[in-house]
Amino acid sequence: MCTSILEIVQTDGMGKGGEGWIDLTHAVVSYDHPHHALFDDAITIDFVNRALAPGSRIALEISLEAAKALAGALQRAIAQADHAGRGGYAATATATMVR
Amino acid sequence: MAYKPHKGMTTDTIMIAGHNGEQISAYVARPAGNGPFPGVVLLHHIPGWDEFYFETTRRFAHHGYAAICPNLFHRAGEGMSDDIAAKVRAEGGIADAQAMGDAAGAVKWIRAQSHVNGKVAMFGSCSAGRQTFMYACQHKDIDCAVELWGGRVVMAKEEINPKMPVAPIDMTAGLSCPLLGLFGNDDKAPTPEQVNQHEAELKKHGKNYEFHRYDGAGHGFFYYDRPMYRTEQAIDGWKKVWAFLEKHIG
Repeated sequence: MCTSILEIVQTDGMGKGGEGWIDLTHAVVSYDHPHHALFDDAITIDFVNRALAPGSRIALEISLEAAKALAGALQRAIAQADHAGRGGYAATATATMVR
Repeated sequence: MAYKPHKGMTTDTIMIAGHNGEQISAYVARPAGNGPFPGVVLLHHIPGWDEFYFETTRRFAHHGYAAICPNLFHRAGEGMSDDIAAKVRAEGGIADAQAMGDAAGAVKWIRAQSHVNGKVAMFGSCSAGRQTFMYACQHKDIDCAVELWGGRVVMAKEEINPKMPVAPIDMTAGLSCPLLGLFGNDDKAPTPEQVNQHEAELKKHGKNYEFHRYDGAGHGFFYYDRPMYRTEQAIDGWKKVWAFLEKHIG
């Protein structure tokens, strides 16, 4: 597969890769050939700082199923964080622990 | 030019003038001896200017061709090919116009070599299969083109963007040389239906082409270092490549 599936978002925070911790500017998500994971196609995620050298990145190559599970986990965690921001942290945390 | 292994060869990394005259790196390999040899320009795939393409460049030299593989990702900097590819991806890919300019620079360079016989082919897979077809439609300075599973030759309207402003299939009328296409029937980009559209357009314009489609293979079935490699289909596909080159530039 040779796709045009590419999503780029600005990202605030830090990530740790082979060159230590770096400030992040963007997250890049694609579905295309992985370089290392032994799949025909993979969801690739790169956390990058565009001002730094190409090797300064935090890279993931994961299966589509793993990506779906990760997206679900992110959505659940974000929903709980939003809920906590409205004063509901304790109840949400309990629900998560029961899960 | 019947197959006769050229066991001696020289290789190098050089600088050439690419798009807008900008200097870009290129990997070159040529058989030992004075030749003259047919020339091949290899455009690398979206995973980058990588080991597979260096080895494939040498493979062409082994088969008696003078080969050059320009680094289409040169402007992204230096480093491991996967990191460079990621950098290019983070910038939304490279523009078609830039790739065409770099490819034209490689064609000009190889045509200028005294050991080249004046015949030049272009070869590319994946994103570069698309670029190879596009180049053959836009330029008249190559003698044949080998397109391996070029994705996005057929493009949906939403895939058109400033870096890729025209779908290559809409350039078909300009195709100026014989075209060889190899495709896997399990591929999802290009799908068999998209290959049908590609072929129908070639027929409509009366172009000189041959397509070969393989069952049991998807995308990238030549990539021996990836799970998508398919032994029988790749061996047959390479036979098709050598026969096609022999016919048109041998």
